[in-house]
Amino acid sequence: MKENILISVDDLKVHFKIRRSSIFGHRPTLYAVDGVSFDISRGQALGLVGESGCGKSTTGLALLRLVEPTNGKVYFDGIDLLSLEAEPLRAMRRRMQIIFQDPYSSLNPRQAAGNIVRDPLDIQGVGNPYEREARVSELFSLVGLGERQKALFPHQFSGGQRQRICIARALALNPDFIVCDEPVSALDVAIQAQILNLLCKLRDELGLTYLFISHDLAVVQHICDQVAVMYLGTIVEKTDCRNLFRNPRHPYTQALLASVPSQSLMKKKAKRIRAQGDIPNPINRPPGCYYHTRCTYTKEECKMEKPELAEKIPGHWVACHL
Amino acid sequence: MMHSTLNCADAEALQSLNSENTVLEVENLCVDFKVRGKIVHILSNISFNLSRGETLGIIGESGCGKSMTALALMRMVPSPPGWISAGRILMGDENLTQLSTKRMRTVRGRQISMIFQEPMTSLNPVYTVGNQIAETIRCHKDRNRSQALEEAVEMLRVVQIPNPERLVREYPHQLSGGMRQRVMIAMALACEPKVLIADEPTTALDVTIQAQIFDLLKEIQEARGTCIILITHDFGAVAEMADRVMVMYAGHKIEEGTVEEIRNDARHPYTKGLLQCMPEIKVDIGENRERLPEIPGTVPDLLRGLSGCPFAPRCPFTMLKCKELPPSFDLGNKRSVKCWLVRGDTYVKESA
Repeated sequence: MKENILISVDDLKVHFKIRRSSIFGHRPTLYAVDGVSFDISRGQALGLVGESGCGKSTTGLALLRLVEPTNGKVYFDGIDLLSLEAEPLRAMRRRMQIIFQDPYSSLNPRQAAGNIVRDPLDIQGVGNPYEREARVSELFSLVGLGERQKALFPHQFSGGQRQRICIARALALNPDFIVCDEPVSALDVAIQAQILNLLCKLRDELGLTYLFISHDLAVVQHICDQVAVMYLGTIVEKTDCRNLFRNPRHPYTQALLASVPSQSLMKKKAKRIRAQGDIPNPINRPPGCYYHTRCTYTKEECKMEKPELAEKIPGHWVACHL
Repeated sequence: MMHSTLNCADAEALQSLNSENTVLEVENLCVDFKVRGKIVHILSNISFNLSRGETLGIIGESGCGKSMTALALMRMVPSPPGWISAGRILMGDENLTQLSTKRMRTVRGRQISMIFQEPMTSLNPVYTVGNQIAETIRCHKDRNRSQALEEAVEMLRVVQIPNPERLVREYPHQLSGGMRQRVMIAMALACEPKVLIADEPTTALDVTIQAQIFDLLKEIQEARGTCIILITHDFGAVAEMADRVMVMYAGHKIEEGTVEEIRNDARHPYTKGLLQCMPEIKVDIGENRERLPEIPGTVPDLLRGLSGCPFAPRCPFTMLKCKELPPSFDLGNKRSVKCWLVRGDTYVKESA
């Protein structure tokens, strides 16, 4: 099992120094990601869920070093990414790609779709121009776009089609690993289903590994094998997908699941667990367990000491005193 | 057909009861836009009604006319290029489409009010929260400044904002997204409207905050008997909040029924497709991950001008008859479906 791990993240921290409030004040630190560890096995999908501002996207960006991590280790196939110099890192980027949330702002409006998809091939200098062109056509058919559409510009596509272009661009270099940063949140439900099916199909056919970042638990359940729940820069619960939805242990996960409006009437009668108030500020975090300000079961201990992520049941990691 | 014959007498009794309780009645509402010299039908013959204390959910993909329906009810269709071209909006004994601009101003906020999707852009950043709520109150009620501010504090307490005395003096940027949406709700409810239109009130918010806002809306509705029109693209939200659902597609109302009817017995192929393609959280997932059913293609471009059933190009059951626009078949008990299949037309695969 161990040798099958593609990505291994150990104690990843991303802190941002933000603007001081007065010229003599010190610069406060924003703890975007604070000590996150996880492994993803080859061909698996890890879902990263949480509310906005909890550090999901920053984690994804830090993995690819699109944001420089402050501390921690990231091993990609046994190679320490954080110690790499610019040149070897660029070569590594062939093997890891990202799909962004908003297909409207992540495509250059002045470039034709075909050129957008060919860009990564040009940058990495793959093959000769004819081979690149052939590869673009291959990618277009892989994501369900027509050959003729290569010459069109992004504004001529619908949202779902643009996301297909983004996926084609991410696949251009035949990567092993793709960070999907909320790939379907900006799309309509009917289109969302098309894109999710495409992502599932590509994983099966190309043996891709995903880090799937989303706030939509239903989508995560559909696509992921492992799920990690983040809250204020830390992971509060981590287990396989099946376990998390059947038996959520952390009060935050429970509240998150209970908050999702559901089609089934059964859940209506079940006791509603609610997270009270708002998510705290990641600059001035509450002492002890970060969730204690909103938790229904807060005890004295929770206010004093921060619980560590521990394996409560084999394969089920929870950071909670209860 | 089972449903309509099953309890016919009950249905009639209910119908007469409902008509007394009806707060809002919309009949054949049409909105047209003039785009590049061409007239485009944005809404076509929308009819529905609302009883006291009822919640109507409107669902559909983006661009299907959900928000335009809400704007038309408020007489806020952007003009030019748009206008209400036909139909009636009856509230009490008034037809809102015929009112003068001045009279309409007294109706907005007092009789019918609206919560918008994005709370940051719909609050004025240069006025305090208290000021903005007090303004609404002073428009409609005879209050002086300090009385209105006191009422504003009271309203903020109703929407469960902690420490409302301090908050009335704060500016929108000092509040979190959930708090801002609460302020919007307070403002919309300040003059006790009969109808509250919530246009995707929680789309910009996180799920935990969304649940809080929904709980709040339900509590307020129970206490005041306000009608809510909830516009959303999330059927889960509708199932949780609404009594009845109206499904829209390309400016047409294609199906209406109670939440149970739509969930368990959707008749229109689009409604069926829409419900199936939404992934839902299950307690137990099977061994194999099944493929989500999808609706092929995309929403039609209204600019092109449609003939026949708007869903026909994406529908798996398209037949020759679909070149004609189906009427809204009334199945009784406020249940209607706009599809030829309901009439029992046999499905004949188009040969051409």
